[in-house]
Amino acid sequence: MADAIISRITGPVVVAKDIEGAHMFDVVRIGEMGLMGEIIRLEGNTAQIQVYEDTTGLKPGEKVINTNRPLSLQLGPGLLTSIYDGIQRPLDVLAAESGDFISRGKIIPALDQKKKWEFIPVKKNGDQVSPGEIIAEVQETPLIKHKIMVPYNVSGELVDISEGQFTVNDKIAAVKNSKTTDIGLSSWWTVRTPRPVLRKLPPDQPLLTGQRVLDTFFPVAKGGSAAIPGPFGSGKTVTQQQLAKWADSEIIVYIGCGERGNEMCEVLTQFPELIDPKSKRPLMERTILVANTSNMPVAAREASIYTGITMGEYYRDMGYGVALMADSTSRWAEALREISGRLEEMPGEEGYPAYLGRRLAEFYERGGRSIVISPEEREGSLSLVGAVSPPGGDFSEPVSQNTLRVTRVFWGLDANLANRRHFPAINWLTSYSLYMDDMADWYKSNVSKDWIDLRKEALEILQKESELQEIVQLVGYDALPEPEKGILDTARSIREDYLQQSAFDEVDTYTSIQKQHKMLSTILEFGRKEADVIKKGSTSAKVGALESRGMIPKMKWTKEEELEKLLNDINSKMKQEFDSLSKESSN
Amino acid sequence: MPNVSFKTLDKVAGPLIFVKGVDNAAYGEMVEIKLENGERRQGQVLDTSQGLAVVQVFGQTLGLNTTGTSTTFLGETATLSVSDEMLGRVFDGLGNPKDNGPKIVSKEKFDLVGSSINPYSREEPSEFIQTGMSNIDGMNTLVRGQKLPIFSASGLPHNQLASQIARQAQVLGTEENFSVVFAAIGITSEEANFFIKQFEESGSLERTALFLNLSSDPSMERILTPRLALTTAEFLAYEREQHVLVILTDMTNYCEALREISAAREEVPGRRGYPGYLYTDLASIYERAGKIKGRKGSVTQLPILTMPADDITHPIPDLTGYITEGQIVMNRELHRANIQPPVDVLTSLSRLMNQGIGEGRTREDHRQLADQLYAAYAQGKDARALAAIVGEGALSDLDRKFLIVANDFEKKFVHQGPNENRSIEQTLSLGWDLLAGLSETELTRIKPEFIAKYAKKTSTGGTNKSE
Repeated sequence: MADAIISRITGPVVVAKDIEGAHMFDVVRIGEMGLMGEIIRLEGNTAQIQVYEDTTGLKPGEKVINTNRPLSLQLGPGLLTSIYDGIQRPLDVLAAESGDFISRGKIIPALDQKKKWEFIPVKKNGDQVSPGEIIAEVQETPLIKHKIMVPYNVSGELVDISEGQFTVNDKIAAVKNSKTTDIGLSSWWTVRTPRPVLRKLPPDQPLLTGQRVLDTFFPVAKGGSAAIPGPFGSGKTVTQQQLAKWADSEIIVYIGCGERGNEMCEVLTQFPELIDPKSKRPLMERTILVANTSNMPVAAREASIYTGITMGEYYRDMGYGVALMADSTSRWAEALREISGRLEEMPGEEGYPAYLGRRLAEFYERGGRSIVISPEEREGSLSLVGAVSPPGGDFSEPVSQNTLRVTRVFWGLDANLANRRHFPAINWLTSYSLYMDDMADWYKSNVSKDWIDLRKEALEILQKESELQEIVQLVGYDALPEPEKGILDTARSIREDYLQQSAFDEVDTYTSIQKQHKMLSTILEFGRKEADVIKKGSTSAKVGALESRGMIPKMKWTKEEELEKLLNDINSKMKQEFDSLSKESSN
Repeated sequence: MPNVSFKTLDKVAGPLIFVKGVDNAAYGEMVEIKLENGERRQGQVLDTSQGLAVVQVFGQTLGLNTTGTSTTFLGETATLSVSDEMLGRVFDGLGNPKDNGPKIVSKEKFDLVGSSINPYSREEPSEFIQTGMSNIDGMNTLVRGQKLPIFSASGLPHNQLASQIARQAQVLGTEENFSVVFAAIGITSEEANFFIKQFEESGSLERTALFLNLSSDPSMERILTPRLALTTAEFLAYEREQHVLVILTDMTNYCEALREISAAREEVPGRRGYPGYLYTDLASIYERAGKIKGRKGSVTQLPILTMPADDITHPIPDLTGYITEGQIVMNRELHRANIQPPVDVLTSLSRLMNQGIGEGRTREDHRQLADQLYAAYAQGKDARALAAIVGEGALSDLDRKFLIVANDFEKKFVHQGPNENRSIEQTLSLGWDLLAGLSETELTRIKPEFIAKYAKKTSTGGTNKSE
């Protein structure tokens, strides 16, 4: 068989000829430098290859070697706390081996090949095991136990199970049936194939994030999917990072896809310092980062979201709740467009390939709360949050539209809110969550019976405010009747004292759902009392001057353990002041 | 393919030449093009296959012909010889001396298209740069290693703003090597002379390396000019421990040159005829800002671009905004109202501000004060729009108060002289002055303890607490 050679190079796409027996999506090594690439089109013995590394300096005639294997990840202990590029090369090891700038043609294993893990079997020789069954555990980080599972399609009698210290490449057991299958501490999986589950479950529990506007108004379900589109500077990245820090899932996968290097660096510096609020351990111990910055090769950017989601699925299969953030899927779509353009494919809308919608749908479909393949019907969830960066903030473009078709939560970021530093700049009028009905029971039994009503009341006030604003634009504020002024006051309080939340303040950055309930009840209670005294003849200005009104903004800065005292103060003050107002007005 | 020559061209199309019979030109290889009259030009391989190479010509294609023009493939990708001698010198858009000085000869040759910095090796930018401009220091703080573009439009004084920043920028409490790399990309000679004069007057010319591609120079050079500047900057920063400020002006011209090549290659266009890879290409320029762990220097970028028809959603400002860490936006209305510099603080942003400010860097109240000023200014502007319809008399008392804050904010805070260098304390104090007319309950963005500590008394008996 003649050696395959390069016949053409154009940017990130290389054409190889005389490549025999190649399959679609086989990984190849290109040229003297051994750059990594993937076959994306075949014509006879000619293959078009997208290259995961910079192709500068490659020449026609250099050799191409087919590894005959699609892009696969090594999955095993050591994934957590790692930071990978788009094709699962650990960036810290890459930096140690090749310096501060990314060099080419390096093959670095994703997992530490030498580290020995303490391996604790939970099954013994002679046990009958079936696919997905957990046969052993490894304490991967102090927070997370890594479960070693029987591969899919393998069942039979467990033999040769070991105990002690092993590396990721060691064989630790075997399953004997008509033939014997070895089980290692790690396994391989191709990134473009979803890991199967037994069946999917309805999304009836919220993924709590500690972000008031999200948890209260537009919650996403565990295993649900959310899109967060917004123009630049509207706070997509900060919101995503807040979710990564505070979402109540056990595992976080954060994909920086074609984003800024300095921002990735911020994530890298901050995450190890952040302490998980529940376990008081570093957040990094339950996090995997995938970083492919905007100036790293586009083909690897295309692969990065698949790399991330495959690792997410792997932990879901162990029975964990996984939250995956992809920032930003628009950059991924642009990578797709760039490669498609180089292949000279007929473009669809705005130059994006015709298969953009399908690829996005396939990606989001990999999420969900599921019963994973296992004899004991283990439950795991994978929630997906994808940022979208629409050009010019125009949501009618193809990436936003195709994303909205497949996600059930829409957090619409608004440049106007961001400009006036209302953060998170999530527009309460345009955003929506279709999970609310599924999760109503959960809120009733876990937060409060009146939660759904409170939420509705608050949203109605905000809706009413936007209508009143239009009137104010025409006739001026002074011309409004007092009851309407009262509504504007309450709406303002909801916006400023509740929805606005500072990601950078120690206390305000996270609010438990219980505190959210108390805060919202207090604000709405104040509003009802205000409406009441106005009916009796008082005015919005008088209510605005009350001391208890001035105390409401303090709620968000108050630590959870001190909140009770403040609320008591507010409530008693409120009662006393409104009582005297109401007496004064009726006299 | 070192030093292989070809006697003829197959085709010349726009800025591209097609050379047949080339078997193994490397992607990105440099090419020397020799005309019949002996003139030499440079080019670079854009697309290579067995038997054909497509070469992009840096410079004009005037005088090229298919029979008498020869090409030599140099066997190396684009590099730049770099040395300390480059400071104080003037180069053309291809890096050749333009000031009658000697050619830069150095053993140190750097790849023009730098490899990307491993995100793991980056150091988080966090050193506050005091530019002496209230609108930047107070509201959209610049830090070392940041890339903060100026979004301007024709007829607005972005050059004055950029040069004032270059003159006044300093990191408080440090005496470190500071240098400037200036890349003119298709700007007029008048604009270029303005910058040179400014550098001369402030005595910083000997710390500045200039790369000038003027509007009369070939547009294809513009692809190389910013990369030459950044390669020089990276050398100065990472090898010579300098803190380098890179000014790239005007990036719109760069993008247009890129579009010209893309059109000549008959590629599928993205928005407004710009190539689909504009984002990736711009990222390969902007992302070359930053700091690296364990190395002393830094590269801070101040690109300038003019928004066609003042449109911030145009692909150039749009994609730039998605890559850079914020933007400073200039506004024509403010310019007409004679607010100098006419920076629209509301649409401007610095994403790295939080890392650079606060206790130990600027002052503990900085973040919240800035947030409050933003909110108050936004509300005041709403009130102004309302007053235009219903008249100022129909405004509520609260709206009237915010309107005053907004007016003062523009006239006293944003407006400042071209030679006025305000310290950060002056800027923050000015901010608190503006808020003096508001009562404590209206300062919802600021913690009560900061209000108690920093708020100012008003002459009109405002309800603010005293200092």
